Amino acid sequence: MPTSKIATVPSSRRSIVLFGVLGLSVLLLAGLSACIGTTPLSLETVFKAIVGAPDINPVIQQIVIDFRLPRVLTAILAGAALATAGLMMQTIFRNPLADPFVLGVNSGASLGVAIVLLALAPTGLSLTAGLGASGQILLILASSGGAAITLFTVLMLSRKVDIMSVLIIGLMISYTVGALVSILMYFSMAERLQSFLSWSFGDYGNVSWSHMRAFAPAIIGALGVSLLFVKPLDALLLGERYAESVGTRTQRARITILFAASILAGTVTGFCGPIGFLGIAAPHLSRYLFHTSSHRVLIPASILVGALLSLSSDFIARGPGLDVSLPLNAITALIGAPVIIAALIKQRNLKRLFG
Amino acid sequence: MIPAYQTKHLTTTDLNIGYSHKGQNTCVAEALNLALNAGEFVCLLGPNGAGKSTLIRTLAGMQAPLSGSLQLKDQSFHSIPPRERARMISVVLTEALPIGMMDAYSLVALGRHPYSGWLGGLDATDKERIKWAFQAVGAIGLEARQISELSDGERQKVSIARALAQEAQVMLLDEPTAFLDLPRRVELMTILRNLAHREQMGLLLSTHDLDLALRFADRLWMITTDGQLIQGYPEELAMSGEFARIFANDNLDWDAERGSFRAHPNPCLYAEIRGEGVNALWTQRALERLGFGIASEGQDGALCIQIYETNKQVEWIAERNGHQVAHASIAQLIDWVRNEDWTRP
Repeated sequence: MPTSKIATVPSSRRSIVLFGVLGLSVLLLAGLSACIGTTPLSLETVFKAIVGAPDINPVIQQIVIDFRLPRVLTAILAGAALATAGLMMQTIFRNPLADPFVLGVNSGASLGVAIVLLALAPTGLSLTAGLGASGQILLILASSGGAAITLFTVLMLSRKVDIMSVLIIGLMISYTVGALVSILMYFSMAERLQSFLSWSFGDYGNVSWSHMRAFAPAIIGALGVSLLFVKPLDALLLGERYAESVGTRTQRARITILFAASILAGTVTGFCGPIGFLGIAAPHLSRYLFHTSSHRVLIPASILVGALLSLSSDFIARGPGLDVSLPLNAITALIGAPVIIAALIKQRNLKRLFG
Repeated sequence: MIPAYQTKHLTTTDLNIGYSHKGQNTCVAEALNLALNAGEFVCLLGPNGAGKSTLIRTLAGMQAPLSGSLQLKDQSFHSIPPRERARMISVVLTEALPIGMMDAYSLVALGRHPYSGWLGGLDATDKERIKWAFQAVGAIGLEARQISELSDGERQKVSIARALAQEAQVMLLDEPTAFLDLPRRVELMTILRNLAHREQMGLLLSTHDLDLALRFADRLWMITTDGQLIQGYPEELAMSGEFARIFANDNLDWDAERGSFRAHPNPCLYAEIRGEGVNALWTQRALERLGFGIASEGQDGALCIQIYETNKQVEWIAERNGHQVAHASIAQLIDWVRNEDWTRP
């Protein structure tokens, strides 16, 4: 029977093992990540601090609970969010190199943040200083709004051009928005500028527990929405017309999916700065690992791979043994860009990269 | 036996199709009253730009008609929710399939979307239907192959299997044979015609291939460049000269005897061919290609070719101005004709 050995979603046993390995790697790296910092700790100490063992030094416990843990959680959530946003954009645009960074969505979010941080600064708003609940929601709204405006602009323009041109349009939008941000910065106070500049390097350390109350629900909620659109996403791989012919309400699906992607990319950009390449690298790696283009597998896979890449980048940025922490988006670019160049050269064709 | 068409799957009433751009309507074809019946394989023909794709897209609900209405079974087309509609009508488009990480099985499984739950999981019925679809198009064994690795013909089969998996009574195909070689086209047309008859589906296929359409279609729809749609049985249209009217032009003639088009003959020399069967047919073709007209009975030709067949031996005797030259093969004959100086009387 030739049909009995076919893999519906390629070899489900292999997939389960892969998911297991990825999940464990995320946990392990999260643990290791919590160990490093100005005060290096052992895994055992970190574990004790989290469960609140009686013999733990309260200072160490505070370091772990208040600083290391939010950072690790932020890294996981941000990686998952950027990877899923990237995956969804790639499917909607039918372009393997679409991601929040390339399409200029990060820049759009930056402009939103720049307006909030720089223009509204006189009211005493700052990222690092205590951002009130309303301030956080304002930040999410500003950056997600900026992201959404860019994304829908690219979507509108993309319908008139081929997939290469979409990437160039994204790049041009990045430049345009970057120019606007520069002009805003020119008119800003030096200290605000400093705060904006350090934000623009990318850092997972800005999200405290109080920020987490807005950050985590926004991301988890949008990830949940993306899971509701597994089928439309699969259908959209065939293109809009085919998707419609199998009963997909494409218009509604596309708008909802891009809104979810805007919230994911916007929230991460708002709180952690513009972080590039995770959105391309994680879905690409997931396709490569799982040999599938089914979103039922790719969304959870991208979440895990994204979290893993994000944790690794942060781990490298804070370089075990180094006293300083390097700009996070420099690390993601250093890892991500060569991977994409290698993949492009190997496949020789932009479309073949896609799955 | 092809049963008489009782059930109408898809009907149109006074349908006007075309494009609406900035409030300006460009009508491609008007007043279409069509019916696609159960168990019927219809070929849609028409010169380039006549609106074949527009009609297919309009019937598939991908493009709004300028006016008029569409019914699927007894329901008004546009009142049917998308998911329901996808169970009633499936399409095979000219759009490129995704290449990359997708195997044929996953592609065909997308055809089960109108039936599956929110995650797109497949139950036993779905799997059975997918297997059936692979069987129906003769694509068993391709399931695990990546779409990018398939040949054009295999890709087209898988594409049709995807549409079949939708279990719809109506299937619309936009030029599915366009990039296939002739044997593959014949194979595909056979598969589709058999499907229509066996499964009582209404199949509409647009094609440029007049010859195959004439041989395979149960009925023909022909769109003309002036926006009319003429329908009828293939033989009926071929005999009545509708074919000639629509497709022939100054350079092309419809040959009603052979059921095909040929370049407009404008010969100065005529050849007479005496012989029968395959040999005579191909000799005639060769001479026509070389620029000769075929002399009818009693007409004098510049050249007379007599074909003798004796137990597997064939001989061509060419006679010109009283000189006879014998040729043992058609190749020899052709070489001789090409080397002769025909400007000399």
